[in-house]
Amino acid sequence: MKQGFFTILENTPLTEKVSRLRLGGDVSAVERPGQFADLRLEGCFLRRPFSVCDQDEESFTVLYERVGRGTELLAALPVGQSLDVLTGLGNGFDPVRGGERPLLIGGGTGLSPLYGLAKTLLRRGAQPTALLGFNTANEVFYAEEFAALGVETLVCTADGSRGVPGFVTAAMDRDHTGFYACGPEAMLRAVCETSDRPGQLSFDRRMGCGFGACMGCTVLTVSGPRRICRDGPVLDREDVLWAD
Amino acid sequence: MGRLSVSLCGIELDNPVIPASGTFGYGHEFAELYDINCLGSLSFKGTTLHERLGNPLPRIAETSAGMLNAVGLQNPGVDRVICEELPKLAACFRKPVIANVSGFSVEEYAEVCRRLDAQPQVGWLEVNVSCPNVHGGGMSFGTEPKAAAEVTRAVKAVTTKPVILKLSPNVTDIVAIARACEDAGADALSLINTLMGMRIDLKMRRPILANTTGGLSGPAVFPVALRMVWQVSQAVSIPVIGLGGIQNAEDVIEMLLAGAAAVQVGAANLVNPYACRDIVDALPGVMDRLHIHNLRDIIGGSHG
Repeated sequence: MKQGFFTILENTPLTEKVSRLRLGGDVSAVERPGQFADLRLEGCFLRRPFSVCDQDEESFTVLYERVGRGTELLAALPVGQSLDVLTGLGNGFDPVRGGERPLLIGGGTGLSPLYGLAKTLLRRGAQPTALLGFNTANEVFYAEEFAALGVETLVCTADGSRGVPGFVTAAMDRDHTGFYACGPEAMLRAVCETSDRPGQLSFDRRMGCGFGACMGCTVLTVSGPRRICRDGPVLDREDVLWAD
Repeated sequence: MGRLSVSLCGIELDNPVIPASGTFGYGHEFAELYDINCLGSLSFKGTTLHERLGNPLPRIAETSAGMLNAVGLQNPGVDRVICEELPKLAACFRKPVIANVSGFSVEEYAEVCRRLDAQPQVGWLEVNVSCPNVHGGGMSFGTEPKAAAEVTRAVKAVTTKPVILKLSPNVTDIVAIARACEDAGADALSLINTLMGMRIDLKMRRPILANTTGGLSGPAVFPVALRMVWQVSQAVSIPVIGLGGIQNAEDVIEMLLAGAAAVQVGAANLVNPYACRDIVDALPGVMDRLHIHNLRDIIGGSHG
């Protein structure tokens, strides 16, 4: 973990609800895809955690949905604005776990950390396939970016208005060695019920601090209590205890 | 003695800044970020006899100038704290620490204190009779003078270390509780724990916290804490540790002027993990600006 000041290099809407934020600064603590950053916003007491989508040597990107006061405040910030950011939070994905032909299964903004993971997997010689789920065609984003990496990319829409009709599970009947998933909890559970392969899931929980101090985001797992912010957000599928 | 040093029950602190229980884990997590030996002491995560997972999620909600928590005393239980957490803490912090203790019966408080009393790195026992997020324990011992006195006596009987009673602001007369603790033998008081509050999700039309209510902390509660420290410190002759919404060196000085012998910093650690270190670093400059030579000279300096 590292605290630092980052400059907004880009803050642009991708769809009606989703924006892309690129922050320039010291990214030395951003080590693995699946980690997150915690942004301090003027007007909010607590920081706001966002998965890192992508990074280069001097900046990183997050994709965020404007769903409440914090993300609306964030969306209004101009390029050039400085932000207090904690980087390098959380455990991140294990790129070996999903094998040679993993599925990257993203629901809505849950696709964000899977983009950086796709780049890592490609560098390691794996052949990932991206399954990206949305409610409807005009909510689709980042399908072209995944495809541009050379990743086979399937878009699923719940209303059938684009790509495979239905949920992401409708596109999972293909050969795969494992999976990585991030999205709504019902999707994560359905993915686990559809595949018996090794998998990792990235969870989202209301956090206090984001770095393991407040115990606000603890969940019970097979291996005991785990703080989603510090022992997660990525859990092995075998470790997850699903609520009844 | 340095100009920042204060005394707490006969133990000298290099400075009055102490991370509050529940916001600093068992210390070693923060030692990865900075040398925590710059702190006066630290109060570790509230510890009970048995392991507790705490309350269902969500257990955090944001508020204006603060936050609600309903963590519910998640901790691994006193024996694992002693075997696993305290050795890690000892490796990164060489000063006496405050052992924060919770319970669901008088006997549990006493038993946890008895076990922690035997730990050489424990300088003080801080007895939390003010957690608003558990049922059948916690705050119910701290909202009634007789019950608070009973816990105090039970704990005093099993330790020779100074006993600090951590008091709840969710009472009509905090001075009565404070006096009852002092009369029962408490060596110090810390106040305030969080104020009970709640938030409702406008779309779901349900409380945000799974526990319905939670404890409010952060700068929103600072004036309440200050007022209670001011009242209590004039009514008792034992030291009072002031906490509640302290964010910077100016707040520390204000709390000392209100009568606090030392301070704890809580929610600020969760927003800025370096908050306590930054406050310690800022104190000398703020003291110079306010013509304060020694912090110990200003304790209770606002009393008439």
